[in-house]
Amino acid sequence: MKRLLSLAAVAMLAGACSSGSGTAAPASAPAATKPYISIVSKGFQHQFWQAVKKGAEDEATKESATVNFMGPNTESDVQPQMDMLNAELAKKPAALCFAALDSKAAGPTLQKFADAKIPVVAFDSGVDSTIPLTTVATDNVAAAALAADKMGDKLGGKGKVGVIIHDQTSRTGIDRAKGFVDEMTKKYPNIKIVGPQYGGGDLAKSADIAKAMLAANADINGFFGGNEGSIGGVLNAVTELHLDQTKLTIIGYDSGQKQIDAINSGLELGAVQQNPIGIGAKCVVEAMLAIKGQTTFDKVVDTGFLWADKTTINNADVQAVLYK
Amino acid sequence: MSTAPGLPIRAGRSGAVIRADFFQRFLAFGALIALILFFQVWSMAIGTNFLTFENFVNILVATAVVGILALGETFVIITGGIDLSVGTVMTISMVMTAVAITSQHLPVPVGILVGVFTGGLLGLANGVLIARLRIAPFIATLGILNVARGLSLVITQTRPIYFPDNPEFQSGVMGNLFGLKFSGEFGIPNIAIIMFGAAIVAAFVLGKTALGRYTFALGSNEEAARLSGVNVANWKMLVYVVCGLFAGLAGVLSAARLGSAQPATGFGYELSAISAVVIGGTSLSGGEGTILGTIIGAFIVYVLTYGLQFVNVAQEWQIVVTGGVLIAAVYIDNLRRRQRA
Repeated sequence: MKRLLSLAAVAMLAGACSSGSGTAAPASAPAATKPYISIVSKGFQHQFWQAVKKGAEDEATKESATVNFMGPNTESDVQPQMDMLNAELAKKPAALCFAALDSKAAGPTLQKFADAKIPVVAFDSGVDSTIPLTTVATDNVAAAALAADKMGDKLGGKGKVGVIIHDQTSRTGIDRAKGFVDEMTKKYPNIKIVGPQYGGGDLAKSADIAKAMLAANADINGFFGGNEGSIGGVLNAVTELHLDQTKLTIIGYDSGQKQIDAINSGLELGAVQQNPIGIGAKCVVEAMLAIKGQTTFDKVVDTGFLWADKTTINNADVQAVLYK
Repeated sequence: MSTAPGLPIRAGRSGAVIRADFFQRFLAFGALIALILFFQVWSMAIGTNFLTFENFVNILVATAVVGILALGETFVIITGGIDLSVGTVMTISMVMTAVAITSQHLPVPVGILVGVFTGGLLGLANGVLIARLRIAPFIATLGILNVARGLSLVITQTRPIYFPDNPEFQSGVMGNLFGLKFSGEFGIPNIAIIMFGAAIVAAFVLGKTALGRYTFALGSNEEAARLSGVNVANWKMLVYVVCGLFAGLAGVLSAARLGSAQPATGFGYELSAISAVVIGGTSLSGGEGTILGTIIGAFIVYVLTYGLQFVNVAQEWQIVVTGGVLIAAVYIDNLRRRQRA
C-alpha cells in the first residue's frame, strides 16, 4: 500500500505544479475564444529569450491573444524542438512563431503547419524555407558594422582587434562576424583583425580564447564579442589577467548585468543592443495580422538596434531594451 | 526461464518474489495508464482533448529514439554497470551514417549498417575499458561519452550534414511503410514500429539466450559466476557491445528523423534513457530488470514530457516534475526491495 501512497505523491506533485504555474502559463486552450499563438523559441533560460517572452506576453495581453512560449533546454536540442512543434500542432494554434535551431531539419514538421493552414512567423535567426510569412529579427550585419565603426573611431583607425563570436553555424553568428569584419576591413584598413574565433557563447571558453589571443598578440588593443557569453568571456579574461584597461577598447553585444556594470565602470566602451522585447512583441503583431487574414507581408521585419555606452545607457530608449 | 547449471542466478527466487515482480510490472503499467488519464482530465478541464490519435503518434515518435537507447542500457544496468555514453555514441553513429551516405556515396542500407556498427565499436571500446582494463563503468563510459562527442564535432567540422539526395531515408523511417492507417490521414510511423521490433529482439536476447542468462548472472553475483567458470570479462564486453549496437540503431533513426546528422546533439539523452530504465523497475544494483518495464518506463518519461507541454505547464515546472517522478520511481523500487528482504 506504500506504493500506492507514493503514486499518490507523484500525482500530487504533478498537481502542485499545475497550481504553481497557473500564472506563468495561462491555462488556455485552442478552444478558448482568444486566439492561441504558439511560440517555439531556441531556448528559454537565457535572459535574452526571457526578454523575447516578456515582449510577446505583453503584446498578447494588449491584443487579447494567448501565447505559450517555450524552447528546448539547450541550443543543440534539435530533436526535442521538433517534439515541441508536434505537440503545439496538436493543439491547433491560430498561429506559430518559430525560431529554428536547424531550419532544414525542421522542414517536414513545418510543412505540417502549412498543410494545416496555420500561419508561421519566423523570428530571430530566420527559417530557411518559404513557409514563414515573414521573419522578425535584428539586422545583425548592420548592427555588427556599427560596432566596427565605434571601434575604428575609438582606435583612431589603427591597431589590432580580437574578434570572438559564439558560433559559425547559426545565422546570427555568421552575420555578426561578417558585419564586423567586412566593415572594419573596408573602412579601417589599418586595423588588423585577429580571428574571428568561436567560443560557443560560453563564458569560460571565450575567456580562454581571449587569453590565447593576447598571448599570441601582445599588441592587441581592442576586442569585439559577438554575444552576451562571448563578451563576458573577454571581460573575465581582462579582469583575471589584471590588464591595463585604459589600453584596451572592448565592445560587446546585448546586455546582461555583467556588461551593464562594465560599461558603467568604463571597462567596456559600449555594446550593440538588440531589441528582444521588440522581437517578441513584433512576432505577436505579425501573427495577429495573419490570423486576421492579411496575406502579404514584408520579407523581414527589422526590430532595430541601439548603441549603449556610458553616455547613452541611461537614456529611456536604451533602458527599455536592456535586460539584466 | 532455464538456468545454466551451477549458476546461482535465480536459484533464490521464490514464488512470492515472482509475484512481486509481476505486481511491479503491473504497477508501472498502471502508473502509465493513470498518467494518461490524469492528462486527459486536465486537458478536458482546459477545454481540449489529450486522448487523440495525433497525440498518440507524437508521443510514439518522441519516445522512439530514447526508448531504443534505454533497451541497450537495460542490459548494462542489469549487470550492475552503467553506460553514460549512449547519447553521444548515438550522435557519432548518426554522423558516420551521414558520412557513409553523403561523402562516400554508399547506398542507404550500407549507411545504416555503418551507423549501427559504429555504435557496436564504441560499445566494444567501453567493454574493453571496463572488463579488460578494469576501469569503473561510470568513468570508462564518461570518457567514451566525451570521446564520441568530440569526434562527432571533429568529423563534421561542427556543422550538420544533410541528406538532400536521399529523401527515401527520411520518408522510410518517418512514413507508414506497412500502411497501418487508423484515423484517415494518420498512421503509425515506422520509427515506432522499429522501436517495438527492437524491444522484441531485446526481450528475446535477455530472456531466451545464454547472453541474457549471463547478463543476470553478472548482476546477481559476479564472483559466483566467475567461480562457476563463466568467462566474466568476455560476457561483460558483449553486453556493452549490445548496448552500443542499440545506440547505433538509435543514431540511424535520429539521422533519418532529422534528415541530417546533428553533431552537437545527443548529450543528455543518456540521462533520459537511464531514467526510463529505472522507472521501468530495473534495479541500479543489478541482477533484475525487464525489457517490458523499460519500454513502459520510456513511455512514462515521454507521456509526462509531452503531456505537461500539451496542458501548457511552464517549462521550469516541467523539469521539476520530471525529476520528482524519477525520485518517486526509485523510492518505490526501494520499498519493494525492503519488503522482499
